[in-house]
Amino acid sequence: MSSETMSLFSAKLAARLDALVLKYPLRRSALVPMLLYAQDEIGYLSDAVIAEVAERIGITELDVRNVATYYSMLRFKPAGKYNVQVCTNISCMLRGGYEILERFEEELGIGHNSMTPDGLFSLEEVECIGACCWAPAIQVNYDFHDELSPEQVPEILASYRGRETAHA
Amino acid sequence: MPRLVSHPDEVKIVTRRFGQGAAKIERYIELGGYEAAKKCLAQGPEWIIDEMKASGLRGRGGAGFPTGLKWSFVPKQSAKPKYVLVNGDESEPGTCKDHLIFLHDPHAVIEGTIIAGLAIGAKTGFIYLRGEYRYLLEFMEKAVADAYARGFLGTHIFGSDTEFQIITQTGAGAYEVGEESALMESLEGKRGVPRIKPPFPAVVGLYGGPTVINNAETIATVPHVIAMGAAAYAAVGSVRNGGTRLFGLSGHVERPGVYELPMGYNLRKMIYEVGGGVRGGRGLKAVVPGGSSTPVLLPEEIDIGMDFDQVGKAGSMLGSGGVVVIDDQTCIVEFALRTISFYQHESCGWCIPCREGTDWLKKSLTRFHAGFGETKDIDNIQYLAENMMGRTFCPLGDAAAMPILGFVKKFRKEFEEHLGGKACPFAKRVELAVI
Repeated sequence: MSSETMSLFSAKLAARLDALVLKYPLRRSALVPMLLYAQDEIGYLSDAVIAEVAERIGITELDVRNVATYYSMLRFKPAGKYNVQVCTNISCMLRGGYEILERFEEELGIGHNSMTPDGLFSLEEVECIGACCWAPAIQVNYDFHDELSPEQVPEILASYRGRETAHA
Repeated sequence: MPRLVSHPDEVKIVTRRFGQGAAKIERYIELGGYEAAKKCLAQGPEWIIDEMKASGLRGRGGAGFPTGLKWSFVPKQSAKPKYVLVNGDESEPGTCKDHLIFLHDPHAVIEGTIIAGLAIGAKTGFIYLRGEYRYLLEFMEKAVADAYARGFLGTHIFGSDTEFQIITQTGAGAYEVGEESALMESLEGKRGVPRIKPPFPAVVGLYGGPTVINNAETIATVPHVIAMGAAAYAAVGSVRNGGTRLFGLSGHVERPGVYELPMGYNLRKMIYEVGGGVRGGRGLKAVVPGGSSTPVLLPEEIDIGMDFDQVGKAGSMLGSGGVVVIDDQTCIVEFALRTISFYQHESCGWCIPCREGTDWLKKSLTRFHAGFGETKDIDNIQYLAENMMGRTFCPLGDAAAMPILGFVKKFRKEFEEHLGGKACPFAKRVELAVI
């Protein structure tokens, strides 16, 4: 599939994916990054996304699903525009990771693996994100926020809400 | 942005360019960068491997295998292309050192990959970063593009007739992919299910070709070994453990952070002097010395040198160098439960002892922590963990079982204090999951 033919993705992403399959000794090596980049744009791996990825790599949809279900960052239902991922693994737990998670639950009114009604935020309790020495830490999409206290939670949420009003 | 820390006892070799803008190629070159790769290009593979062997550098991912020896296992002649694969899937809880390397010194990773390629006769290297490290992947990709633009990568590296290409790759969330055969599977676009060994990757690896797989810290250390000389590097460390290591101090210490200390540095000193002691002046209860999979040490067991051999002798492992400090207000049962919950989440299910073992351990510990445990459960937990050991394709089964065995053996009394329907003496959160 080239970027000129029908694609679910923006022209920019489609061009990137066209290049991606040529980057490796074997086309299939593009599968995991392609799924992640597609999810970044579309929000989740819908049936249509899986079908297009399968066609781009040249494997069956079942094969794509078989691989995709292995990786914890890949999801099959929509998430919020800003996906808040709170680490509660050991180093974060010892420095208050669960208190951070509870504060996000209170502020957003949602629990683990759910989304606010406006679709702006979703919340996930996640495993180690590689910020153990700067615990407790979270990621909002791919942005790290570290050495947090529960009191900082409202301002983090406000900064992302602020981006929305800035765009509006 | 992760905070950089400093302590007078540090010996800054791998971290010496941190905080100096070395992610920019001009700055990296100004600070002596890429000279080691040029030297290796002139000296040839045998010289490189001899230097690496003499340096005493051992794999920083956790197993501590001598790097030079690993490289020497790759056959000189091969019908299939050979590869270098850099493991940046850093995901052992307690470990965040590679995070800083990618952020502050991405060219050291590139230069180390080139040198590894020259040593084994590979034309292609892969740098694989965990999916969560997207901003670091972007740093790496920029650095790789800059190295190509300067002719340090490509068909004629540094103006020679030697070719070396680097390809970056992202994961998408999987601890198990840190295991080398699972890493290759993932890079081939598959589930990260481990391969049976033998054949070992040095003979049949990525795309069926001979492959050397090294941790990102190991690779980033290589140019420094070449630049300072193997003997000088080895002299910094302890016996059979050359050089320095990036230790990640986390948990209940006053000054957490990634510190570069000589191999063999005393653990008690690391916690009380480098890390400033236990937070809030509390007592020390336990230390997990090398990432979440390594067996716990008691306060009376921490007068040891932090190298692969001495920590091994003390009944644990140096692992990934992630030192997690636990104070006396922490419930060990809860800590054990959080540890096993992680491994239960990450088990791929391929091997039954790991899949069932982690699941039953999580269930047992959940019930136990909630005060519904029985005396026989303590023995059962130990029995389950013992029967996972050595019975799985990849080390995830052992990684899950080892810490649990340590907690049960060393803190049996604290487990017993949870018996008889009593509430956990420490925890604020006790949840009884549906079993």
